Amino acid sequence: MVHYLRILRLFWSASLAAELEYRVQFLVASLASVMSISGAIFTFYLLFRTGGTAGVGGWDWHQAMLVLGMFTMLDGMSSTLLSPNLSRIVQHVQMGTLDFVLLKPVDSQFWVSLRTFSPWGLPNIVLGAALLVYAGWSLELRAINLVAGLGPVLLGVLVLYSLWFIVAAMSIWFVKVYNATEVLRNLLEAGRYPLAWYPLPWQFVFTFVIPVAFLTTVPAEAILGRAETSWLISGAALAVGLFLFARYFWRFALRYYTSASS
Amino acid sequence: MHRLFNKSRVLLSVYLAYMSEYRAELFLWALAGLLPFVMMGIWMQASAAAGDAMSMTPLDMQRYFLAVFIIRQMTVVWVIWEFEFHVVSGRLSPYLLQPLDPAWRFIAQHICDQIIRVPFAMLLVVVFFVLYPQALWMPDPLAVLQAAVLIALAFAARFLMQYSLATGCFWFERIGGMEQLLFMAYLFLSGLVAPLERFPEAVRTFALWTPFPYMVYVPAQLLTGIRTPGFHVSFMQGLLVMVGWVAVFFVINRWLWRRGLRNYSAMGA
Repeated sequence: MVHYLRILRLFWSASLAAELEYRVQFLVASLASVMSISGAIFTFYLLFRTGGTAGVGGWDWHQAMLVLGMFTMLDGMSSTLLSPNLSRIVQHVQMGTLDFVLLKPVDSQFWVSLRTFSPWGLPNIVLGAALLVYAGWSLELRAINLVAGLGPVLLGVLVLYSLWFIVAAMSIWFVKVYNATEVLRNLLEAGRYPLAWYPLPWQFVFTFVIPVAFLTTVPAEAILGRAETSWLISGAALAVGLFLFARYFWRFALRYYTSASS
Repeated sequence: MHRLFNKSRVLLSVYLAYMSEYRAELFLWALAGLLPFVMMGIWMQASAAAGDAMSMTPLDMQRYFLAVFIIRQMTVVWVIWEFEFHVVSGRLSPYLLQPLDPAWRFIAQHICDQIIRVPFAMLLVVVFFVLYPQALWMPDPLAVLQAAVLIALAFAARFLMQYSLATGCFWFERIGGMEQLLFMAYLFLSGLVAPLERFPEAVRTFALWTPFPYMVYVPAQLLTGIRTPGFHVSFMQGLLVMVGWVAVFFVINRWLWRRGLRNYSAMGA
C-alpha cells in the first residue's frame, strides 16, 4: 500500500512538471471553468425565473446549487484523472505500448488508471467546492452534514470511474472507442440537474441505464440529510459491484490482448 | 469551371471513402450530441410545472429541442483539432506544396462527415417519433427553406470562426483550449441549453448582436413554427446578421492565414 502511494507521488509530480510547460493553457482552462459555471448558473436562473422549476421535486435554488457544485467537482475530477488516463488506454492498445505496462511489476489497472495527473481540471474542482460551501452555508447546514455527504460522493466517484474504465477497456477489442468515452461524458452532463427535474422516462434512464442519479443527486440528498436508505444502499451496492466488475473485466479483456506492431 | 468541378468531385470522393471507413466512430459522435435531449427533459418538466406562466408548452419544448438536435448535427465543426494535428505533426507541409488551398481539404472532410453523420441522426429522430408520435409536426416548406439557408450560413460561420482560431497554432502550437471558450459562448447564447424566449430582455438583446442565436435558435424557430408573443426574429434579420458575420470572419481568416504561414516552422518534417 505504502509502496503504491510512493509510486503515485512519483507519477503525479512527473506529469505535473510536464504539464506546467503550458502555463497559458492553465489560464485558459481557468477562464473556461469560470465561463462554464456562470453559464450553468445562468441556466438555473432561467429555469427558476417566472414560475419555472422552483420547488419542483423539492429542490429550491440553494439545494439545486448543491447538485451543480457536486457536478462541477466531478467534472473537474474527470478532467484531472479520468479523462487523461483512461483515454490513453486506447492509445496504448493502438500502438502496442500496453506491452510495456503489462511487463511492469505493478498492478496494470492501477498503472493505466492513475499514471498521469493533469491540472486542467483543478479550477473546476475549486469552483465546485466553493459552490458547495456557499450553498451549504446559505442552507445553514452544519459541517457534519457535508462530512456525511462525503461517503456517497466517494461512491459516486467510484461509479464514474468504473463506468469509464469499462468503456475504455473495450478498446482491447474495438481499438477506436475514444468517442465512446466521449458519449459517456456527454450523457453525464445530465447530472448537472436534480433527477426530479426530468420526466419519468428520463429518470428511468438516468437511474438504471446510465446511473447518473448516483453521481450527483444522491450525494446532494445525503448532504441535505434526506436521502432514503434504500437509495444509499443501492448506490453502495452499485459502486462496489461496478468496481469489482471493472476489475474482472480488465483481466478478462487482457486475455484477448494481442499486441500490435511488435 | 470544368477543372473546378473535377477537383471538388475528386476531393469529395476521396474524403467520403476515408470517412466511411470510420462509420462506427461517426455514429458514436452523433450519439455524443445527445445534449439537446437532456435539455428537452428538463424544459418539458419545467414548462409543465409553470403552466401558463411559460408560453411554450411541453410539446413545444419537445419539438424545439428536436429541431436543435438536428441543427446541431448539421453544424458540427472540428476543424481546429484537425488543423492543430496537421501543424504540430508537420503534415501541413506537403499540402502547402500543392496548388490547392488546404482549407478545401478541411471543408471537404466536414461535408463528407455530414453526408455520413446525418443519416444516423435521422435514425435517432425516427426512433424519437416512434416513442413520441404526438410530437410529429408538419413544418412550413418556405420556413424549412429559410432554415436551411441559415443552417448553411451557421456552418460557414462556425467553420470560419474555428479556422481563424486554429491559425493561432502557427504562433502557440496548442490552441485547442481556446476553442473551449468559443464553444462556451456558443453553448449558452445560441439557444442550445434554453430557448431564447426564456432569456431576460437585456441578455437577449446582447445575444442577438452575436452570431450565436442565428446558428441554433432562429433556425429552430423557423423549423418548428413556434411563435412567442412579443418576441420575434425575422428571417431577413438572421440572414443579414449572418452574412455580415461570415464576411467579417472570412476577412479575418484570410489575413491570419497569410500572416501565420510566414510563421510556420514545419515542425517534425
